[in-house]
Amino acid sequence: MREITFQRALEEAVAEEMRRDPKVITMATDFTGDPIKEFGPTRVRFTPISEAVLTGMGLGAAGCGLRPIVNWRMVTFSFVAMDQIVNQASKIRYMFGGQANFPVTYRCTTGGGIGLAAQHSQSPYSMWMHLAGLKIILPSTPADAKGLLKSGIRDDNPVVSFECSRLATATGPVPDGDHLVPLGVADVKRPGTDVTIVGLAYYVSEALGVAEELAAEGISVEVVDPRTLVPLDVETLRASVRKTGRVVIVDEAPPTCSAASEIASLLVEDSETFRALRAPVRRVCAVPVPVPYSPPLEQAALPRRDDIKAAVYEVLKEPARRSD
Amino acid sequence: MTLDKPQIAAMLRSMVLIREFDELAIQLRVAGKIYGAVHPYVGQEAVAVGVCANLTPQDRVTSTHRGHGHCIAKGADIRRMMAELFGRVDGYCKGKGGSMHIADFAVGMLGANGIVGGGLPIACGAALAAQIDGRGDVTVCFFGDGAAAEGEFHEALNIAGVWKLPIVFVCENNQYAANNAVAVQHPRVDIAAHAAVYAMPGLVIDGNDVLEVHASAGEAVARARRGEGPSLLECKTYRWHFHAMRAAIPPETRPADEIASWKARDPIARLEQHALSRGLLSAAEVGAIQERVRGDLNEAVAFAEQSPFPDPKDLLVDMFAR
Repeated sequence: MREITFQRALEEAVAEEMRRDPKVITMATDFTGDPIKEFGPTRVRFTPISEAVLTGMGLGAAGCGLRPIVNWRMVTFSFVAMDQIVNQASKIRYMFGGQANFPVTYRCTTGGGIGLAAQHSQSPYSMWMHLAGLKIILPSTPADAKGLLKSGIRDDNPVVSFECSRLATATGPVPDGDHLVPLGVADVKRPGTDVTIVGLAYYVSEALGVAEELAAEGISVEVVDPRTLVPLDVETLRASVRKTGRVVIVDEAPPTCSAASEIASLLVEDSETFRALRAPVRRVCAVPVPVPYSPPLEQAALPRRDDIKAAVYEVLKEPARRSD
Repeated sequence: MTLDKPQIAAMLRSMVLIREFDELAIQLRVAGKIYGAVHPYVGQEAVAVGVCANLTPQDRVTSTHRGHGHCIAKGADIRRMMAELFGRVDGYCKGKGGSMHIADFAVGMLGANGIVGGGLPIACGAALAAQIDGRGDVTVCFFGDGAAAEGEFHEALNIAGVWKLPIVFVCENNQYAANNAVAVQHPRVDIAAHAAVYAMPGLVIDGNDVLEVHASAGEAVARARRGEGPSLLECKTYRWHFHAMRAAIPPETRPADEIASWKARDPIARLEQHALSRGLLSAAEVGAIQERVRGDLNEAVAFAEQSPFPDPKDLLVDMFAR
């Protein structure tokens, strides 16, 4: 299998889908490489810096038969288009009674850890989860990035692809050919028996690092990656926790009303999973501050490997069986 | 272009239907038979009808919160519109949308919109799709003077100008953005002045003269069809009623003489006068149009009332395409 970067995998996904379906077009203020060379200026559109109109144009064109990919570049810039995301894209199909489909894909980078400071280090996927009406993908590996983005482009609904900045240069094996990963299917990245770590995006690799370190101490960690936040494969998450009885959820968004909160709720709301728990659910998230610039401050704001390990030790301290 | 008798009759019928539909909607809301908000289009009928008379079924329009007139002018079925107001399953949105979200994609009506300015980006997307399809289809984007103060208006005109999109921006300047007069919202009262900045033709016209609207919109639509790009058409008009009502009709806050002066320029009376004075329609024919509209609306209400309410078990249907 080829080893390619996360960024390269995403570019391949777009190029392959544009080759496959002439209705796929892509719009952004800038592109990596020279996609116009292969696809021409009609389908590859350099745009003004106008996120609101781009977001709405993608939606309108999708409702009229195209399959647009709108790249906000950074999720930061999507906030300029809040009306089109919140009032239009997430509601348009339902409020019109399902009379048309809107197959538009919105792409953006997300997350901190690379010294870009508060405005450009955000992980707001839970805001989008809250809207009910957008599908959300959040890959952690090059293979998932390619397969999920291709599935997202083919999906007949608005899909937001959150692409973690810290993973852009990460490399990994990507299957050849038409590699698709279905939306709404979580992936057990490492099987284990003592504790489950649910990681998102960059923190999947961090969780795997922690799992490796703890294996040397005789602790067996299972790492589960939801991969898609809407729809969320809650059954795979619950099955893991029912097996291990302990769970730590790791994400670089702040904990308030977060994907981590939602996952925690969905785990404990299920009676079978609740009864299997041997320790309280733990979240390891960012400190709720605007992400600061200076490296020691930024590192203090975002979850670190030691924080994850400490949380694992803590859930393992609980008695092996519930007293009842 | 001189319009013949059937065209004049069709435009008159459409304008009368729009007016009577919204007068009826007000009554139905007061009576508690429909829900939510009503934004009557009464007084502005010449804009929707004059513009849409230039469009084919393949052409598309986007609308506003005050959208019933655009729906009717684009060819939507008033029975399904009425059923939507009644919140029934035979409504255009199966009762999920209501007045502010009526759409009929089959006739190119891409939806009313509850957000001022929200339809402009969507219209640009429809125009982009038409441009890429290359069949010469055009998109008309209806919006009000209030939307011209929104960022989405400027972003939409900018990109439409840069990409020469086949779109006609139709500003219905009804003199008030919600309850605030144009002069307190804009440093210049002519919204069409923005056209020059975005490198497109801009025209201020009498939005209460359906023949002038039809002719001016016709030129803009033809220009878009030829691939020569967008236009901005500002139609000066006036809404006769309040901005919005819920359970009760709100008190009038505008000057009485201002309202009277605009009512003296009633777009329907002017078209009737034009048709009668030129012998295009007889008084009996005008009466018959009004009679038929009343009959059609009675039928629409009957259709809506016999349609069932949605079943709560279908609450999640239409969330996502499969």
